[in-house]
Amino acid sequence: MAPLSRGAGTKCLRGAIFGNAENSAVSRRETAIKNRKDTTMTNNIYKILENEKIAANTYRMILGGDTSGIRNCGQFVNIRLEGFYLRRPISVCDYDEKTLTLIYKTVGNGTEFMSTLPVGSELDILVGLGNGFNADLSGETPLLVGGGVGAPPMYNLCKKLVAAGKKPTVVLGFKTAEEVFYSEEFSELGANVVVVTEDGSQGEKGMVTDVIPGLDYSYFYACGPMAMLKAMAGVMKTPGEYSFEQRMGCGFGACMGCSCKTKNGFKRICHEGPVLSSEEIIWEEM
Amino acid sequence: MADSRLKTTLCGIELDNPVIPTSGTFGYGWEFAELYDINMLGTFSFKGTTIQERFGNPTPRIAETTSGIVNSIGLQNPGVDKVISEELPKLKKCFNKKVMANVSGFCLDDYVRAIEKLDKSERSDMIGWFEVNISCPNISCGGMSIGTDPKASYETIKAVREITKKPIIAKLTPNVTDIVPIAKACEEGGADGLSLINCLFGMRIDLKTKKPVIANKMGGYSGPATFPIALRLVYQCYDAVKIPIVGIGGVASADNVIEMMLAGATAVGVGAMNLVDPFICKKIIEDLPAAMDKYHIDNLSGIIGGAHNG
Repeated sequence: MAPLSRGAGTKCLRGAIFGNAENSAVSRRETAIKNRKDTTMTNNIYKILENEKIAANTYRMILGGDTSGIRNCGQFVNIRLEGFYLRRPISVCDYDEKTLTLIYKTVGNGTEFMSTLPVGSELDILVGLGNGFNADLSGETPLLVGGGVGAPPMYNLCKKLVAAGKKPTVVLGFKTAEEVFYSEEFSELGANVVVVTEDGSQGEKGMVTDVIPGLDYSYFYACGPMAMLKAMAGVMKTPGEYSFEQRMGCGFGACMGCSCKTKNGFKRICHEGPVLSSEEIIWEEM
Repeated sequence: MADSRLKTTLCGIELDNPVIPTSGTFGYGWEFAELYDINMLGTFSFKGTTIQERFGNPTPRIAETTSGIVNSIGLQNPGVDKVISEELPKLKKCFNKKVMANVSGFCLDDYVRAIEKLDKSERSDMIGWFEVNISCPNISCGGMSIGTDPKASYETIKAVREITKKPIIAKLTPNVTDIVPIAKACEEGGADGLSLINCLFGMRIDLKTKKPVIANKMGGYSGPATFPIALRLVYQCYDAVKIPIVGIGGVASADNVIEMMLAGATAVGVGAMNLVDPFICKKIIEDLPAAMDKYHIDNLSGIIGGAHNG
């Protein structure tokens, strides 16, 4: 409950300082997020070009195939795996016209099976799922926060922001040095990168919320474990966007398995999400 | 052009083919119309609708199984008024056939009021059948508690029968010792057809947390593993009642559709598979003619209950 009350306090303060101008900015942002076109899901077969371990229990899979269904950074794909009934939703780390890069952690039988798939084998994948981030709202100095396998979707967003002339800061949080990945790749994009590990074995010691208060930023984007997102809600100084995980049935809005309550009504994490604006989230309902 | 060999007639309404996406796996239809022309379907049954808007049960409410899925959605829907004012107008733009209106409730009055509102609404002409869900495993009263009792089933069907001229299809639960008395009670109550079956009751436990996967602990189990159970129940009810049956449960292929019709189904529902492959109903309909040729079937309506002969 503490993060929620702090979040509410922060919001009141903002209202007091910015008054009506802030309120209209809030409604503009909500409209911008609401108006993002429904995604165009496509179903294709992809060939595995690479499936390599890049950190502890963490793999990078590069797939070749039609990526035209992907409309936005922060969207996800849903992968059918032989011997498993439901598909596995994985966020998109990066993509170009012919390839798709996914970074996934082996957290269960499905992802463990995925990690054994050889280069050259093919996968049936639904792509272009979910809303993704709204890069247009970033301001000049956006903050990107990725916790564990919440970091991958920040990569394509970071690329997009740098290409648009923005100066992003990326905070990457991990438990320990063995789990750290992509800090150099983010640096190579031109971002200011801060690595945080819980045990201090690499970068700053602590949680992402220990370093965020010392940073200046115009807007923020975050993806990571629920505990991290909830803790962030208490320390963030600007509006921003959070990307959520939930157990999904279909991944494309049909089963209502991953619904949540927001200030803008019921939303499906897979369809109206996974990205929600900080202003619409009811943290105690997440 | 629809292949005339696939036609079937459900409660007096002709269907181009027997394939019906089942309630709860196909939204209000228009969502799938973005993927393919849903007019190729026989029809579909829209998301279980209640008199009031419902969020449903707490999340997580999905668990995977070896050959299916356990869900405890709990009838999330916008409520009958919004279905009439928002969902059905969206459907009207992409679907020119009669839709099956799936209605659920917590007491008899809920069913009566929801069906009455739909039946008397300006969108009533879009509705072909009312599918009365007396078998939802995910609500604390109503739903399955009605469908496990022949008397309550009879009374519910009789009450809704009196308020509409449209066909009433009772959707039954497999979670009973003997489904036949309930099927018969619905027929006596005035049901024009039966949908068999709703989900089995199941659960999963997460080995890492050592706790149930879904927040509500238990939920409805559906998917290919339920097919032989559904087939058996359709077969049993076909012998016991004269009204047509929509065979539902684990259907994943054109072969499954044919098998279900041989057991006694007039039309065949496809449920959980829509969630894994959103194009599954399109594929099944396209595969049916070749499957019929393979098994020397001239027309599908001719094989209904065929496994009972001789």
